[in-house]
Amino acid sequence: MDTSTKLSRTLTHVFIILFGLIMLYPVLWMVSSSFKPESLIFSTPSIFSDTWTLENYKNGWQVVRDVTFGLFFKNSFLISAIAVVANLITCSMAAYAFARLRFPLKKLWFACMLMTIMLPAHATLIPQYTIFHELGWINSILPLTVPKLLATDAFFIFLMVQFFRGIPKELDESAIMDGCGIFQIYTKIILPLSVPVLITTSIFTFIWTWDDFFSQILYLNTVDQFTVPLGLRLFLDSQGQSSWGSVFAMSVISLVPITTVFFIFQRYIVEGIATTGIKG
Amino acid sequence: MQQTANANEVKLTKKKSPSSARKQAIAAYAFLIPWLIGFFGLVLGPMISSLYLSFTKFDLLSAPKWVGLDNFITMFQDDRWIAAAKVTLTFVVVAVPTQLIAALLVAILLNKKMAGIGIYRTTYYLPSLLGGSVAIAILWKNLFGMDGLINQVLAFFGIQGQGWIAHPDYALGTIIILATWQFGASMVIFLAGLKQIPKELYEAAAVDGAKKSQIFFKITMPLLSPVIFFNLVMELIKSFQVFTSAFIISEGTGGPINSTLFYTLYLYQKGFTQFEMGYASAMAWVLVFVIGVMTLLVFMTSKFWVHYEDGGKL
Repeated sequence: MDTSTKLSRTLTHVFIILFGLIMLYPVLWMVSSSFKPESLIFSTPSIFSDTWTLENYKNGWQVVRDVTFGLFFKNSFLISAIAVVANLITCSMAAYAFARLRFPLKKLWFACMLMTIMLPAHATLIPQYTIFHELGWINSILPLTVPKLLATDAFFIFLMVQFFRGIPKELDESAIMDGCGIFQIYTKIILPLSVPVLITTSIFTFIWTWDDFFSQILYLNTVDQFTVPLGLRLFLDSQGQSSWGSVFAMSVISLVPITTVFFIFQRYIVEGIATTGIKG
Repeated sequence: MQQTANANEVKLTKKKSPSSARKQAIAAYAFLIPWLIGFFGLVLGPMISSLYLSFTKFDLLSAPKWVGLDNFITMFQDDRWIAAAKVTLTFVVVAVPTQLIAALLVAILLNKKMAGIGIYRTTYYLPSLLGGSVAIAILWKNLFGMDGLINQVLAFFGIQGQGWIAHPDYALGTIIILATWQFGASMVIFLAGLKQIPKELYEAAAVDGAKKSQIFFKITMPLLSPVIFFNLVMELIKSFQVFTSAFIISEGTGGPINSTLFYTLYLYQKGFTQFEMGYASAMAWVLVFVIGVMTLLVFMTSKFWVHYEDGGKL
């Protein structure tokens, strides 16, 4: 009995590890290939090699004349950083109103907010593009950042409303006794007690904005405005299939920010998914 | 004297409450201003406007011209639209169940007290985190290419592979595999759901001598059904909107022979490379309609298979 449970346990472990390895193998292979000399990449499916080189990274970094991936990273970081700050401020403001304040038409607005969570972006796509076109915002970061300043990521509002409702109301009341107004309750009670949900919002806003290829390809069209995903695609097109080594090198580099965020905030991400159903 | 004081107090509180209610309402709207502008300017307004545009011919530069139902009629005679609808439906019908089953099986496997669970969970979750990126789409394009890793491994077993990405019968399959590969996020949600199932139920079933299959179908599945339902709805909505992988793998064409022409990719081509924005709006509304109907169907069938402990109260 004991040996058989032990055996089945070991088998489960072996299976889980093997299956996990198979799943991650392509990614590991890409990482190792990015450090191999071009000629060796396709000579063997192994991730090991006798010779390692940084050549692919040097060649890949300089995409076209005058333009390096550094520029794409700068653009991507700028857009993502604005998106994170904007979402934190405007979504939490809306959520505070919905969770804590009484006002006319509250139910109507709350229903509207819930509806926009499920609404596919395509329903508003063309007119939004037309508006940004009229404003002369095409090929700038504005179409990618201004919507965040207007709390259009309703999912995060909903997430925060849920969280804010869990904060005891007595805290508000004692704050009122101490002479706090509505705004101070928001800044001094609600926000400081909501760090977990604010972190979850920041992480997922960052990841989604960084990877939002569709909006980026729609609104950014000159190389100087390109983000990392657009730069990668440009690089793939210009290098063709001729230098996979440097294409892999730049692909690996493009994944570094998201992977770093993941490993730093792993607990928040996994818990965020498990408790809220948000998906990475 | 005291009575007057009391009366004053009552007066004060009475007076205070309407004014504070008004104050609160004003404050609330102040907090809601960004969202309200966004809702009217970037969601509701554009929704109505795109509904109108779907009945027009519009190229961004000249004013929209009313054409009635023309866009919708053209759609059903447009071979590429039909191809796009087929590709997307095939993808949804195959990829969503495959992904959810993989997620559920691995979650059940991992739902034990064992060493290294954290590392395993991370390993299986990672593809979900990375899978939506251009980088992974590029990797996939290479993996399933003629000289790619997959064919090298097949050659090792003496099997002659082929250019999977370039073959119209297999290209969509590679994208389905990519989607299935990203089962980790659903798995994490399943794991959380499994943890909620009371241990006593399993113990009682074991005492009663229930078989493993019975335990799975009589305890695990019913109690997990709300989570399955949630994952199903979310994946369904997401799968209709796949874009990045198809765009990168087919280099924006949706080829070979429209075999990876996902609906949103065709919508992008129509709206933003051919600037047939009326047509693209009509396409968008058909998509919204189909997603809505599918979601509604799932909701309607849910009362037959989703089991709520509290009798279905939300």
